[in-house]
Amino acid sequence: MESHLSPLIQMKHIEKHFGSVIALAGVSVDVFAGECHCLLGDNGAGKSTFIKTMSGVYKPTSGEILFEGRPMNFADPRDAISAGIATVHQHLAMIPLMSVSRNFFMGNEPLRKIGPMKFFDHEFANRVTMEEMRKMGISLRGPDQAVGTLSGGERQTVAIARAVYFGAKVLILDEPTSALGVRQTANVLSTIDKVRRQGIGVVLITHNVRHAMAVGDRFTVLNRGKTVGTARRGEIAPEELQDLMAGGQELVALESSLGGTV
Amino acid sequence: MPEISSVDKSDERIKSRSRFREALIVPELGGICGTILVFAFFLLTAGESGMFNAAGVLNWSVVSAQFMIIAVGACLLMIAGEFDLSVGSMIGFAGMMIAIFSVNMDWPMWIAILVAFAICLATGALNGWICVRTGLPSFIVTLASLFILRGLTIFLPQTLENKTIIGGVREAAEGDWLAPVFGGKVLTGLFQWFGEIGVIATFERGVNKGMPVVDGIPMLIAWALALIVFGHVLLTKTRFGNWIFASGGDAESARNSGVPVNRVKIMMFMFTAFCATVFATCQVIEFGSAGADRGLLKEFEAIIAVVIGGALLTGGYGSVLGAALGALIFGVVQQGLFFAGVESSLFRVFLGIILLFAVVLNTYIRRIITGEK
Ligand SMILES: Nc1ncnc2c1ncn2[C@@H]1O[C@H](COP(=O)(O)OP(=O)(O)OP(=O)(O)O)[C@@H](O)[C@H]1O
Ligand SMILES: [Mg+2]
Repeated sequence: MESHLSPLIQMKHIEKHFGSVIALAGVSVDVFAGECHCLLGDNGAGKSTFIKTMSGVYKPTSGEILFEGRPMNFADPRDAISAGIATVHQHLAMIPLMSVSRNFFMGNEPLRKIGPMKFFDHEFANRVTMEEMRKMGISLRGPDQAVGTLSGGERQTVAIARAVYFGAKVLILDEPTSALGVRQTANVLSTIDKVRRQGIGVVLITHNVRHAMAVGDRFTVLNRGKTVGTARRGEIAPEELQDLMAGGQELVALESSLGGTV
Repeated sequence: MPEISSVDKSDERIKSRSRFREALIVPELGGICGTILVFAFFLLTAGESGMFNAAGVLNWSVVSAQFMIIAVGACLLMIAGEFDLSVGSMIGFAGMMIAIFSVNMDWPMWIAILVAFAICLATGALNGWICVRTGLPSFIVTLASLFILRGLTIFLPQTLENKTIIGGVREAAEGDWLAPVFGGKVLTGLFQWFGEIGVIATFERGVNKGMPVVDGIPMLIAWALALIVFGHVLLTKTRFGNWIFASGGDAESARNSGVPVNRVKIMMFMFTAFCATVFATCQVIEFGSAGADRGLLKEFEAIIAVVIGGALLTGGYGSVLGAALGALIFGVVQQGLFFAGVESSLFRVFLGIILLFAVVLNTYIRRIITGEK
């Protein structure tokens, strides 16, 4: 990450209210091209809500979002996707009844022109889906297999492969490894490393400090809708980060009672 | 990364299944089996009754085509995750509009038809808009439209003419350029020739002496086939089709992936309204009149045909071809019992049995395909 460049995305004082619930109370985060920015924090801290304002799902109640230096006003996720921002949501955004390749290209269907009309290019979709899944270390029975027949981790892998494939500029991953096995987790982390090298900005949400430490360049900790702080890689020890994520002191007591296993 | 094993090999965790079994696992299986069953039944019980000569085939084809027209619309809408219970009322309403415009108000037929289409498409769009904006179940919203449209269909002719049936449509359609698109016949030359070479029986006497008993394919059937092909291609071969599946499968996920769910749903409500209006226009031109009770219960018949055809009531899954087979079963059973000389109340008994049978089969197949619990 080179700091003389201007950030790819700048989120300034983002607030998001749901009725009387204040999910975000002024969060500022920026993401540079080629960096992996980890968002950490307890359950309910507002991480998912925050990345949803970045991917066009929610409109922030107040605050400013700059994308490549220009104020961005995404009306819906479609705008964000066409700007090159791809997201793996915590709930994956997969349709169980639909096939893997239909899911993979949902919202971004490849088209083939026949005469004046455009058709869904199933052949291309099937081929790319199989290829991308193979790269992630999962061999599918077939591209027309329904997502509902996949295991939880396999589903997550499809969602990640899809985001990696479409995330031309920014890749947002909300707890992408929560259901993954050892090999697939390693694969995802190395994929993050790879796309970062290609100059894509990555936003990674995780509860696992080791994963964050493995690929993160900067770490921002959220707590109860507010930014606790941002640290660079090397400036902070894993133990410190873990304490910040859990909201500070309580964990120390808890940890000692569990014999230091957390 | 270590080299990943077992990837390029064929997967050892898959039992090989026979081609035949693979071919059987399609969403339309319930519809296909039902169709075979129904035809077998009537070939045995009504084979001699004229049900399968040219006039008989035309008879149940027309009835099936009516069901097909509304089933295609209901099918795509159901896959997009919504229902339209106002289809039957809209059929009555659209027909009444055409009759009032062309007979009472003396508009040219083509203007009457186009304006009726515009009003009904707008009503469909309004149904859809209310559903997506309020998040209310379409079941409730379109139930309201069911009453509103039916009420208007009875009220308007009573106020204007003091009766509930408006006739004289056929005369008003005389010489119009658009009316034959709904009320005409195609391939009349071909059928004339069929009559001459004796493939089809000809009238022996009367004014039509020498004419074939079936002198062409009614436009109603042409519309049904065109809508089936259109619906099937749209659903399975286009980007929009993927959006239809996605919107019905999980609207939230679809939206987050960039599918314009609201637009898709509203357009499907409009398409359902379009199908209902096609049905209505064909019907008023054929009957020459519009009645306030036309289209009664059609919404349920359409939904039943769609479900027989393998669609999931909760959306996200289904087949236009299946729905067309469901409509065919419907039409053949309804007319077949008449040919077989069976009490028409048995139509319902038989239909109930077929419905149950097809849905059980469909559910079983769907679980195999989608891994649904
Ligand atoms: N649509 C909504 N309506 C009302 N409240 C919401 C909504 N979405 C989120 N919240 C609230 O906002 C807060 C932050 O939620 P969010 O999902 O962003 O947390 P998170 O940091 O992603 O947690 P986790 O680690 O469990 O995924 C929570 O208290 C939640 O209850
Ligand atoms: Mg979350």
